[in-house]
Amino acid sequence: MNLQMKMLDTDFLIIGGGTAGCYAALTFAEQAAGRVLIVEKARIKRSGCLAAGVNAINAYIGQGKTPQDYVEYVRADAAGIVRGDLLLSMAEGLNRVTRKIESLGLTILKDENGDYVSRGWRNIKINGENIKPILAEAVKKQPQISLLERVQVFEYIVRDGRMTGIYAVSIEEPLLYVITAKAVLCATGGAAGVYKPNHPGFSRHKMWYSPFNTGAGYAMGILAGAEMTSLEMRFIALRCKDTIAPTGTLAQGVGAKQINALGAVYEQKYGITTAQRVYGTIRENSEGRGPCYLRTVGITAEQDTELQKAYLNMAPSQTLRWLESGLTPSVHNVEIEGTEPYIVGGHTASGYWVDLHRETTIRGLFAAGDVAGGCPQKYVTGAFVEGEIAAKAAVHYMSDPPPFMDQQQTAGKHRSLSALLNLNRISPGSDTTDALEEEMQSVMDQYAGGISVHYQSSAESLHIAAGKIQALERRSVALTARDMQEIGYILELRERLTLCRALIAHMNARCETRWPVFCERSDFPDQRPELAKYINSQLENGGIKIVMRELINE
Amino acid sequence: MSIKISAQQCIGCGQCAEVCPGSLIVLRDSKAAIPRPERCWGCASCVKECPAGAILFYLGTDMGGQGGTLSVRRERHLLHWTVSKPDGGRVSITLDSRDSNKY
Repeated sequence: MNLQMKMLDTDFLIIGGGTAGCYAALTFAEQAAGRVLIVEKARIKRSGCLAAGVNAINAYIGQGKTPQDYVEYVRADAAGIVRGDLLLSMAEGLNRVTRKIESLGLTILKDENGDYVSRGWRNIKINGENIKPILAEAVKKQPQISLLERVQVFEYIVRDGRMTGIYAVSIEEPLLYVITAKAVLCATGGAAGVYKPNHPGFSRHKMWYSPFNTGAGYAMGILAGAEMTSLEMRFIALRCKDTIAPTGTLAQGVGAKQINALGAVYEQKYGITTAQRVYGTIRENSEGRGPCYLRTVGITAEQDTELQKAYLNMAPSQTLRWLESGLTPSVHNVEIEGTEPYIVGGHTASGYWVDLHRETTIRGLFAAGDVAGGCPQKYVTGAFVEGEIAAKAAVHYMSDPPPFMDQQQTAGKHRSLSALLNLNRISPGSDTTDALEEEMQSVMDQYAGGISVHYQSSAESLHIAAGKIQALERRSVALTARDMQEIGYILELRERLTLCRALIAHMNARCETRWPVFCERSDFPDQRPELAKYINSQLENGGIKIVMRELINE
Repeated sequence: MSIKISAQQCIGCGQCAEVCPGSLIVLRDSKAAIPRPERCWGCASCVKECPAGAILFYLGTDMGGQGGTLSVRRERHLLHWTVSKPDGGRVSITLDSRDSNKY
């Protein structure tokens, strides 16, 4: 197979046509006359986290509350490790983008006065099944925006600390893209599939976060020398057992409490931050009082039916589970469990270290959504706001002179990718991408705080993890592919391994337990006030260099 | 968790292959197929897209699936979902995208 090469040029390049990327494209087109190109690994109609739908708008400033209230809530939930400046600028835009997505066609529940109906002060009720098609439709209608779909971006082109373009491959045909741009937004989403999942067998991809979000944005940034923050603040979701469907609809919708096998409500005992809710469940289980449930027995028949409907709009597997087993929530409590850890800046603070304009430490590279750090609990609407802020900043930045291309580097990239396609090198017994991925997930699970070790790690275990990941990185160099999709899988595995390396360094640097479960150190079981700092990192001479930074308030 | 595609019912329009966020569905001899079902996320995008009702959604046995399936027919803003239970029973639920979730 001969790998062809194609050169493209645009004004504003967006990597990833998900929540943040689509919204950024729309904003840019409203603000400036330039060309926008979205490069998307799948197709934007259902790509990213929103494929199945979303249960509610979870970041909204309800009546009587202010953006500052949102900042305080998130700061407390994250035990202080947030960027107050980023959070406030995000919170201030939440209601504006909510009105915008409603105007594009999203159904939001309203009362008789025309006000949104809340589900707690930060949430409003919607029908989120078609949120992604609505967003994609708006993007496709905008003539300034072009789409390049089924194309996987795998490397940044940075010259003198400045972002000038990207390398990408088609996953359908033997085509290497070299794309230059005046400004670039990374909106790839975060990373799933780094740890051994809840169901490592056939249903390995039945996870909370999209298994197609492989941490490309983090890895490309790390390798290009961008500063990253708070990778150690992993996200572990409390989910319905097996289906990994959301629990918020049960907890907030019908007021279901977390109970243990003895029927005792345990959530108050451990605290009610996001991390503590998972921690309590893990502890109840490990101390012999599991399994744990959300107490739904006793809800009305009407509530039961409405729950079945609500889950069809975001996690249809849960409705199928209830109906095929006959154990619907009114007759059977819903068992809960923790997921494998994810790295996802929409829920925690993991991601690029950015300024108020969401510009990374690489000039001309912006980040929004799950790859952007410092701003937890942004969810869908917060990702929209970040896309909006980044797009506006990109409009301004674009006035700089256009980038140029390095012919020699491009030729080298072509050679190395062509080599991956060399069929002759596949011999029986050699490593496969799947096998190495499974091994990586096992290493992370056992030595870097996965499900099987109750999410705990120590300096010793992390040291072992680092060595094993390094060995896997070396082995991944020899992988070969039979087609372009397999090249994509190899690149994704390498991205995850790069992220693992940085993640382990971050976890090792947080010598405390600031958040149970999210980064729980068995050798440092307590919080240490002197570590109320950001742990940041940067690649330096091939190694991950850790930098501690002072907290930044709004 | 994954999907199965009925070759008999498939009309070869390719819309499922287009929409899959994992690019997992291919057309072979004008019929849709999912060569690596274990890579499926279970988002059900393809099930909603299929105009022929040829795609069924199921839970893998490793996550406690009992053999039931879920299918859906789209009619403008309505989604007509059908759960086929292992005992042969069926449950139908119609959702209107203009109605919000109650919870």
